[in-house]
Amino acid sequence: MSPVEHQQAVVLDPTDRRLINALQGDFPLTRAPFADLANALGLDESEIIERLQRLLDTRVLTRFGPMFQIERVGGAFCLAAMEVPEERFDEVAGAVNALAEVAHNYRREHALNMWFVLATEHPDGIAAAAGAIEQATGLAVLLFPKECEYFVEMKLEA
Amino acid sequence: MSIEASEAGLQSAADTPDPLARRIIVATQSGLPLVADPWGALAHELGVPGETVLATVADMLARGVIRRIGAVPNHYAIGFTANGMSVWDIDDDAVDAVGRFLAGMKSVTHCYRRPRRLPQWPYNLFAMVHGRSRTEVDDEIAALAQVIETRFPAACRSRDVLYSSRILKKTGLRIAP
Repeated sequence: MSPVEHQQAVVLDPTDRRLINALQGDFPLTRAPFADLANALGLDESEIIERLQRLLDTRVLTRFGPMFQIERVGGAFCLAAMEVPEERFDEVAGAVNALAEVAHNYRREHALNMWFVLATEHPDGIAAAAGAIEQATGLAVLLFPKECEYFVEMKLEA
Repeated sequence: MSIEASEAGLQSAADTPDPLARRIIVATQSGLPLVADPWGALAHELGVPGETVLATVADMLARGVIRRIGAVPNHYAIGFTANGMSVWDIDDDAVDAVGRFLAGMKSVTHCYRRPRRLPQWPYNLFAMVHGRSRTEVDDEIAALAQVIETRFPAACRSRDVLYSSRILKKTGLRIAP
């Protein structure tokens, strides 16, 4: 399917749901992490790997691996928004998504109708990426850098 | 770890990035290999011993360079079809207290203070609320607003919620090799 993701729920069996929930916790830092997980869940190691591959192939999961806070090694994340004329929406989405610095991009229902996250290895990369998007689209990019993060556990129970 | 020690660690991390840590980021930013020994496979790819990779990843977790290791669900696919970005214009004196309160609520998955962009954007507090329907999310945000009004009277001047209607891209971080 196209890179545009599911817009609705897909059918998952109870084992898929248990696996997804287990994989939102701590993944074992061992030489046999799926076997460790299998013991905890009462599944086979190979079944876990196959299910995980299927969930990634069908885009139920968008990623599996370490999640980085690039700020901790000198990089930056920044939320950004644009007000995109409806008739130009797809063209502008293409131009914005073409930048490797754009990590996520969502259409939202508001006058500011395109919201994306820039992720760069150096802090000055944020302004450069926003400038490149303004240049490519002729539209203003509003930057919303985080000033403070209030800690939450990110878990969505499947 | 004390706050000073962790800030010092952060400073040195920013000043002298560990070359192996950077190579691990580049090699795994699109995902871990789905094999029985993914850390061993990564070590093989990087040409270093498996134990070195495990120790470096453990250190990156301890320093917060890695937030966590695991799966990122497409929230639509797992049934959270209503994804509301609730935004709040909160008095500057109260915004941190309100932010901490919102972050503690079960329905809130991310909560940040960000600058206002006047006149277009008066909101300085962002809280993501995921639910299985817009009605559920609207009701939850209304309930949160009520508690905020009780606990922090008149601190909230206005609020809005922006629903996502399409994921246009969701790849995550990509730094150049």
